[in-house]
Amino acid sequence: MTFLGTPPGSAVPVALERRPGGVPEGTAAADLLATDLAGLRARTATATAVDVDRALRAARPTLEDFAILLSPPAGQRLEELARRASEITLRRFGRTIHLFAPLYLSNECVSECTYCGFSAGNEIARRTLSPREVTAEARALTVQGFRHLLLVAGEHARIVSKDYLVDCVRALAPEVPSLSVEVQVWDTETYRRLVEAGADGLVVYQETYDRDLYSGVHTRGKKRNYDWRLAGPDRGAEAGMRRLGVGALLGLHPDWRTEALAVAAHARALVRRWWRCEVSVSLPRLRPAAGDVTPAHPVDDRSFVQLLCALRLLLPDLGLVLSTREAPALRDALLGLGVTHMSAGSSTEPGGYAAPDGAEPQFEVADTRAAVDVAAVVRSAGFDPVWKDWQRAR
Amino acid sequence: MSDDPLVIAGRTFSSRLFLGTGKFPSAQSLRDTIGSCGTGMVTVALRRVDPTADEDILDALPPGVLLLTNTSGAVDADEAVRLARLARAADLPDWIKLEVTPDPRYLLPDPVETLKAAEVLCAEGFTVLPYVNADPVLCKRLEEVGCATVMPLGSWIGSNQGLRTRAALEIIVEQSLVPVVVDAGIGAPSQAAEALELGADAVLVNTAIGTAGDPPAMGAAFRLAVEAGRRAFVAGLPATRTGAEASSPLTGFLS
Repeated sequence: MTFLGTPPGSAVPVALERRPGGVPEGTAAADLLATDLAGLRARTATATAVDVDRALRAARPTLEDFAILLSPPAGQRLEELARRASEITLRRFGRTIHLFAPLYLSNECVSECTYCGFSAGNEIARRTLSPREVTAEARALTVQGFRHLLLVAGEHARIVSKDYLVDCVRALAPEVPSLSVEVQVWDTETYRRLVEAGADGLVVYQETYDRDLYSGVHTRGKKRNYDWRLAGPDRGAEAGMRRLGVGALLGLHPDWRTEALAVAAHARALVRRWWRCEVSVSLPRLRPAAGDVTPAHPVDDRSFVQLLCALRLLLPDLGLVLSTREAPALRDALLGLGVTHMSAGSSTEPGGYAAPDGAEPQFEVADTRAAVDVAAVVRSAGFDPVWKDWQRAR
Repeated sequence: MSDDPLVIAGRTFSSRLFLGTGKFPSAQSLRDTIGSCGTGMVTVALRRVDPTADEDILDALPPGVLLLTNTSGAVDADEAVRLARLARAADLPDWIKLEVTPDPRYLLPDPVETLKAAEVLCAEGFTVLPYVNADPVLCKRLEEVGCATVMPLGSWIGSNQGLRTRAALEIIVEQSLVPVVVDAGIGAPSQAAEALELGADAVLVNTAIGTAGDPPAMGAAFRLAVEAGRRAFVAGLPATRTGAEASSPLTGFLS
């Protein structure tokens, strides 16, 4: 990473810290904003059967090929697309599925987001786990076999502070080999502290890449700053995070293809810009949550599968994450179609594993099976459930 | 092949096939494949090892098969060295497959960091088997710092493309004073046989076996191919010719 400059009076490079408005040069965020997404969307609309033929056979598919693979004519070739995706996934990842669990630290939140159960305006029971309670939650999960945890929290810089997060990571690191964080976006320095405490992965969903829609669904709070969030993964990578996760919430945008193009372009930009990082994508489909959210634009299973398979062709090494928002039957059917990581046995309420006391969940899970049962299904489908796949070496 | 054993760092291996373990559908499948392919050494990523788990990947290893811990995930020499030390601290064997692959996509080895790590680990008494690009000079440098083998790639890991680096592999085999193990890209038994035919001492295979429809059966196929390739090499393959050899030599009148 080359820094763009040091402001007067500061010894700290701040290229990635510029805010608000605009993203720094030399970032995947900037690469994404320079991508002609509208042109790609138009390519999706004009794709012919001949284009689909070529895109399906491309040795190294481009974003244009990806746009074609999202098209309705490609949707008619879903079986072929799925076969290609399955072959590529098998060759790259073998017959393995990585299992992880989210650990909800807090549902406190000062941001108002129309789709989220933790939204500041919602009248729900709020709870923040103490580091001791966090350790108890982690133990309830490691007993089940989990060795990779995703720490999740609402956005509350005072209650879910930098120091609190660093303390949580530091408390868990001796017991949990791999720790990712999905919390409000922070500056590079805070990410560096989290890495030093033992975090290795950063997950930042942009939720929607459509700037106007983004403003519409994020009605209050720091999360309203689109650009600051968009460059979050860049700051995490700069700070030494080894795994970067991005994604969008399907169901917000009226056109899933437009959203998919942006997600793919962002993931591809991250892969190129931060070539040492493993990049993953998750595309949660909106589920009912507190606040009576019903998805405005639900994405059907067929489209969802087309999108996942097209992503696999575009980025053969991409981690594809499937959460318990999806129903058991679909999750089981997607084994081997490109998915590499699954959460299992998830609780989305803080304290939900060791001491559930009715704190409000972020969303309802559709796959309520216990981790051991999901692992059994993975096995019976001919895949090895992988619990541990990381060893800290720093 | 007991009359033609492979010796690495003083240890004798009756099989010239080594096995990777990362892509198998189950521990049972891995166990069965270790049996069917006849290997004497398997490599396991330390990142996958979990002695605290109910079922650890190491449980699939039968006695007598040497564990070659690998440093998968290391992006520089420091991380690789730390992983090797962690393996030693966990009482795993001192045999280390050194992998320094900063790029998680093609998993291509970093030659500079690999050499640095090899120097440190050899000095600390590890038996080091480094995964490298098919670079003859790098292989000589690794040999000089005390590596037990060199493990050049045939093509990118998991690509099943076979010996795309054949011309460089031939030079490495010609020059090497330590065993040469072709380590990546071997996608079919015929390609394994080709590696042994050209003089490689052994091959290491994972994807082609672990992702096969029937891994134990594919392991058995590789066993046969490796034996055939080695026997052909020892027997002395006749040189290939572009045309028929004249039965009446043109220079016969000179004798």
